[in-house]
Amino acid sequence: MSKVEPGRVNEQEHLEFEGMDISGHWNRMFEQRVIWQHDTGALDRVTAITGAESLGYCYQCGKCTPACPVDAVGDYSPRKIFRRTQLGADLLDSPDLWLCTTCMNCLRVCPKEVNMISIMPAVREVAVAAGKVPPELQKAFENTFQHGNPMGEPARKRADWIAEAGAPVRLMPREKGPVDVLFYTECYWSYHPRGKDAARAFARVMAELGTDWGILGPEEKCSCDSQRLAGEKGLFEMVAEQNIATLDKYEFKRLVTPDPHAYNAFRNEYPKLGAEYPVQHYTQFLAPLMERLPWKRKLSYKVTFHDPCYLGRHNGEYDAPREMIRAIPGLEFTEMFRCKAQGYCCGGGGGGMWLDGFTAGHVSERLSERRVKEAVETGAEVLVVCCPYEVSRFEDAVKSTGNEGRLIVRDVIELVDEALHA
Amino acid sequence: MHIAVVLKQVPDLVEELEIDSAGTDIDRSFLKMKLNEFDDHALEQAVLLKESAGAQVTALALDSDGVDQVLHSAVARGADKAIKVAAGDGPFASRQAAPALAAAIRSLNVDLVLTGVQAADDVFGQTAPFLAAELGWPHVSVVSGVEPAGSAVRVRQEYSGGRMAVLEVDTPAVVGVQAAPQSPRYVPISRLRQVMAGGPPESVTATAGAAPAGTMVVALAKPEQAGGAEMISGSTDQVAERILALLSERGLLRG
Repeated sequence: MSKVEPGRVNEQEHLEFEGMDISGHWNRMFEQRVIWQHDTGALDRVTAITGAESLGYCYQCGKCTPACPVDAVGDYSPRKIFRRTQLGADLLDSPDLWLCTTCMNCLRVCPKEVNMISIMPAVREVAVAAGKVPPELQKAFENTFQHGNPMGEPARKRADWIAEAGAPVRLMPREKGPVDVLFYTECYWSYHPRGKDAARAFARVMAELGTDWGILGPEEKCSCDSQRLAGEKGLFEMVAEQNIATLDKYEFKRLVTPDPHAYNAFRNEYPKLGAEYPVQHYTQFLAPLMERLPWKRKLSYKVTFHDPCYLGRHNGEYDAPREMIRAIPGLEFTEMFRCKAQGYCCGGGGGGMWLDGFTAGHVSERLSERRVKEAVETGAEVLVVCCPYEVSRFEDAVKSTGNEGRLIVRDVIELVDEALHA
Repeated sequence: MHIAVVLKQVPDLVEELEIDSAGTDIDRSFLKMKLNEFDDHALEQAVLLKESAGAQVTALALDSDGVDQVLHSAVARGADKAIKVAAGDGPFASRQAAPALAAAIRSLNVDLVLTGVQAADDVFGQTAPFLAAELGWPHVSVVSGVEPAGSAVRVRQEYSGGRMAVLEVDTPAVVGVQAAPQSPRYVPISRLRQVMAGGPPESVTATAGAAPAGTMVVALAKPEQAGGAEMISGSTDQVAERILALLSERGLLRG
């Protein structure tokens, strides 16, 4: 036992507290508590950032750690970030700053409302302003600024996918006039080969439904929600203002988008810039219309479904994609253990999409790889998704985990389209 | 120290380049332009000098479509001032550009001019030498690293075979930059927007030089497809065997 230094222990022989006599050794108080002798500057600097205050609320209960999808494959969680920062580690210089996918599973369980969805973008913004940004993320920012999409594809080619859609797609800048549905295609459905497959399937399904719809084509730019969460608020604001000006030129009854990140932006972030639209995720738009579709064949697949964080936890929609899956004839649907509100994360959110190489250096396996293994465990042959980030992430993960031939990845719209063609 | 950084835009290869109907230039109707990569490094080098030794940095560029954004970015990156040099309709060959740029530089009273060693659109590498000739100043090109040395600057010049020379150049001087000691830093868009809100960069007029005699573009063509790619198929062992055979055929295996 260590000896208590004289003068550093405070024990009152007679002490009354709120009417109770607490005289005796139980009122003994050691001065100072050890924590006060530490320099808390590192934590103070973070909690002084507007939006990052709540990191200081953490009382180390640890509920977030088993909920955090990154901790499942690494050594990471809000609790750990708090503790490391409290002990003097500079979050601005730590890889911890870039590993959070803003999936929001921690906030769901946190009794103190330590809000990483607010903390991470705020602290990252300070890091970005100081030039501390991982090079691959920097490239995605620069591409978005220059070309309106994080991949650096030419804006002119944004609607090239419609040529092989096998169904008419109205390009609104060319064919003027109002539409019922303005479809916000977003970047990965516009440019990624597998995204384009889904976009074309969507066009064919819309043709079956006879919906009056159109797209902005080259005038559309990334909604930029993930860039905002990755710390580039200025970029988000600039591109959002451009998108709002573009949308102002057209008449439409509602916005529909396949990208939960765009859905989140239009639903929760663009209104802060004064632009409110009736917006739906494409699963919300299509689910009530499923009964109108002329099904031509049964799909006898065992399937499971991955909830996108930005559709589910962030915006509370768990049913629409499941209603679509149940409407497709023949599918045998099994949930994964982690689903709905406690669904696992694919790793692509909050900038994770453009930090794959960086993140790989700090985790034992990709989040997408962990998730693919969970999908295989259910015995499913098809992993169904409804977020444009996920097809490419999970298809890569299927290959890298050696599950090729065992599991395929399909956007829910691809299955609908498949069941509509004999 | 007052440093002038000369910037230029080149076609962004995100758009596929097409040859125009005359067959002597690229089709510029669909071009998207971006800052020449080497100029980006020259700017980074100037900002690094400003940070380490204290300097005033002025960014300069000939006026052309989209150049305001390039100059605003330079200020957001750390330049103190940006000047647009209006010399009429380009594009100008470096021999034509040099007199206009030199006139603007002369009025600025600078100690050092930094610019990219070359630009992807002509790979000519003569802007720095022509500028130095116009100004009557010493010149070093293919430089990766500049530091102050009294009334001179110490530069690292790159030679073939991975050799480097350290030279001292009296100022004022013109330096063609191959690479800055660090990658060009990211410019946060919020800072860029603050700069943009300040209005367009200052503009000065200058006269471009006469078109150079002696060289002209006779024809421009896309590289011919060489073909010859071999797609290797088969089992993993068969593919490995074929790769091994190919490496061996080409003398890439030792022993």
